[in-house]
Amino acid sequence: MQYLIKNGLVVDPVNETMSELDILVKDGVIAEMAQNIQAEEAIIIDAKDCYVCPGLLDMHVHLREPGYEYKEDIESGTRAAAMGGFTAVACMPNTNPVADTAAVINHIIERSARLGAVRVYPIGALTKGSLGKELTEMADLKAAGAVALSDDGQPVMDAGMMYRVMQYAGMLGLTVVSHCEDLSLAAGGSMNEGAVATMLGLKGIPNVAEEVMVARDILLAESTGCALHLAHISTAGSVRLVRQAKARGVRVTAEATPHHFSLTEEAVLGYNTNAKVNPPLRRQEDVAAVQEGLRDGTIDVIATDHAPHAYHEKDVEFPYAPNGLIGLETAVGLVFSQLVQPGILTVPKAIAKLCSNPRKILNLPGGQLIPGGVADITIIDPELSEVVDPAKLQSKSKNTPFVRWKLTGLPTLTMVAGQPVMQARRLLK
Amino acid sequence: MYWQRKDLLGLKDLTVEEINLILDTAVPMKEIIGRKIKKTPTLRGRSVVTLFYENSTRTRSSFDLAAKYLSADTIGLAAASSSVAKGESLRDTGLTLNAMGVDVVVLRHPASGAAEYLARYVPAAVINAGDGTHEHPTQALLDLFTIREKKGSITGLKVCIVGDIMHSRVARSNIWGLTKLGAEVRVVGPATLMPPDIEQMGAKVYTDLAQALEGVDVVNVLRIQLERQQQGLFPSLREYSRLYGINQARLELTKPDALILHPGPMNRGVEIDPQVAYGSRSVINEQVTNGVAVRMALLYLLTGGEYNAIPH
Repeated sequence: MQYLIKNGLVVDPVNETMSELDILVKDGVIAEMAQNIQAEEAIIIDAKDCYVCPGLLDMHVHLREPGYEYKEDIESGTRAAAMGGFTAVACMPNTNPVADTAAVINHIIERSARLGAVRVYPIGALTKGSLGKELTEMADLKAAGAVALSDDGQPVMDAGMMYRVMQYAGMLGLTVVSHCEDLSLAAGGSMNEGAVATMLGLKGIPNVAEEVMVARDILLAESTGCALHLAHISTAGSVRLVRQAKARGVRVTAEATPHHFSLTEEAVLGYNTNAKVNPPLRRQEDVAAVQEGLRDGTIDVIATDHAPHAYHEKDVEFPYAPNGLIGLETAVGLVFSQLVQPGILTVPKAIAKLCSNPRKILNLPGGQLIPGGVADITIIDPELSEVVDPAKLQSKSKNTPFVRWKLTGLPTLTMVAGQPVMQARRLLK
Repeated sequence: MYWQRKDLLGLKDLTVEEINLILDTAVPMKEIIGRKIKKTPTLRGRSVVTLFYENSTRTRSSFDLAAKYLSADTIGLAAASSSVAKGESLRDTGLTLNAMGVDVVVLRHPASGAAEYLARYVPAAVINAGDGTHEHPTQALLDLFTIREKKGSITGLKVCIVGDIMHSRVARSNIWGLTKLGAEVRVVGPATLMPPDIEQMGAKVYTDLAQALEGVDVVNVLRIQLERQQQGLFPSLREYSRLYGINQARLELTKPDALILHPGPMNRGVEIDPQVAYGSRSVINEQVTNGVAVRMALLYLLTGGEYNAIPH
C-alpha cells in the first residue's frame, strides 16, 4: 500500500525547521520526500495547511492492563492514543501485578502487538512491587523490552534506596523516571496547598513536597551519573531546580503535562474530582513557570500522565476520589491552544517535546521524518476546532476536566508503520 | 425577601439579606423554645432525616429538637448502624432516603464538600451540619444570632477566633458570616494550626494571642482536639494552654463587655479557663438555645415556610 501525503508543511523537530514537501510512503517506510511527487498508485492524503510531523510519542501513560481493565486496557488506551495523534506510548508499571518482572513486560508487549492501535513501550518498575524496598531485576526487564524504569505513582522515599537504584540503572544505561513527592510533606493532601484549599477545607499539598524530592534526585543523579527524568513537574521551584541542574551539566530531563500548563488549582472549585490529580494543579505563578520552562527548554517533554479512572471511582466525596485525569485525546489540542497559538512554543519546538525529545530520553529510534525511515507520521491541522465531549472519547474512562473546552489545533492523521490508524478524526482500526 | 435556595451548604455563598432573613426568622423561633408547650404545627407532615457520619451529640439533638418543636417527623441515621457500614455510597444513601419521601436531609460528614455532593443528587433540601474542615454553617449562624442578640448589631465589631483554625469548619463559616455582616475578624493560633493564605478569606492572622485580643468585642474559643498533639502539630497541652488558653487575665485585653463564645464541648483548663467559661461574659449556654432556634428557622425556610406567616 502506498500513500502520498501532499501539500503539507513537514516539521523537523531535531533541526527545528519546516519545509513544504510531499512524502511518499511505501511498504511501511518513507520512500521519498520531495516537492511535487507524482505516484499514480498511491492513495493521496491532502495535508494542505497542516503540519506533517514525525509520529508523536507520549512517554507517560497508564494503560491499566493488567489488573485494572475496567478503567482502561491496552486496546482502548492505544485507540485513545491514536485519536490523540500519538503513534506510540510508554506505559507506566503501576499495574496489578506491578510490571516489576520480565513476565509482566512480556505480557504487555504481546498484548500490545496483538491489540494495540499504536506502538507500546513498557516502563518497568524501579523496585519490587514499587514498594521502594528492593531493586527489581533491571537487566531482565531491559532484556524483555522495558525502555526505562519508574515507580510512578509512588516516590522512592528512602534516599539510600534511590541512590542504589540510580547506580544500578545507570550501569545498565536505563533512564530513571522519578515521581517526585515527599510523602511526609504531602501527607493526606488532596489538592494544592493555598487559599483555595483553605476555603474548601481540603488538606493541601505544598509545592515543597515536590521540590524537596526534585532537589534530592538531582543531587543523586549528579552523584551517580545516572540519566534522570523527572515526571510531571508542576511548581516554579521545580522548574528553577532543573534549570540550575542543567546549567551545571547534570544528566536530568523533565516533563510537564498539559493540565499543569493549562489549569490552576481553581479548577478544583465545586469539588471537581476530575481536577483531582497528583501532583495537584497549582497556582497561576506555577503555571507561568512551567510554561516558561517549556519555552526556554528547561522542560524537555510534554507527556499526558493519562490516568483513567472509572466514573464510579470519581463520583464520590472529593477526599475519597483517586488522583488522575485522562489526557491522550486532549493533549495536542491543548499544546496548540495554550502554547503554540499564544507564541510560547514554535511548532517545531512543540513537536520536539511530543516526539523527538521523549525518544531521545528513552533511547528509541525515530523522531524525524527521513527517507528510508519508518513511516510513523502525525498530521496536525492547526485550524481545526473541536469541543471536548466525553461521549466521543475513546478512552474507557471519561475523567477529564476539559469537558466543553474548545480546542483548536487537532491531529487529523495518525499513521503507524505506513498504515493510517486515525484519519480525518475517525479511527480506522 | 423570600428564601429561594434548595439547600444550606455554607455561608460563603449566602447574601447578607439571606443571612439576616435566617436570623430574623430565628427570633420568633426562640420564643417558641421558651414556651411551656414547645410545639407548633408548622412542619406537620414533613420529614427530616439526620444523617451523621461523625459522632455528634449536641448538633444532632439540636436539629432533632428543632424539627420536633415544629412537628416534623424525624429519624436519625448513624453511619455505623446503617447501610453505610455495608459499603453503600453517600449518593445511594441519599437517593434511598429521597425515594422514601424525605423533605430535609441534615448531613454531618468527615469529607469536605460532602453536603454539596449530596445536594447535587437529591431533590430534598440538604443542610450541612458540618463537612470535614470546610463549613459548619448552622454553628456560625447561631454564633451570629447570639452576638447580634447581645450586641444589637454585628457591623463594626471586632471578633477574635482562637485555636485550631486549620481544622475548624466553625472558624471558616464564622469568617464568611461575620465579614459579610461587617465585623473585623481576627484568627489566632499556633502557626502549625493556621491554614495557609486564610487572610484571603478576609481574616487578619495572628500568632500572638495578646495582640489578637486587644480591644475585641467577642472572643470565640475553639475546641482544641487532643489528637492534634499526637500528630505533632503542637508540643503539649501545657504549652498550648500557656500560649493560647483564654483566662481571666487575658480577658483584660479585650473590651470590658466582650462576649465569650465556645462551640463546645469544652476542654476546661486547656483552651478555656473554667472561670471564664462560667463567668458573666460567657454566652456559651445561650449559644445552645440559639442553636435550636436557628435550626428551626432553617427547617422552616427550607421547607417553604417563607410563604407562611411566621408562627406565634
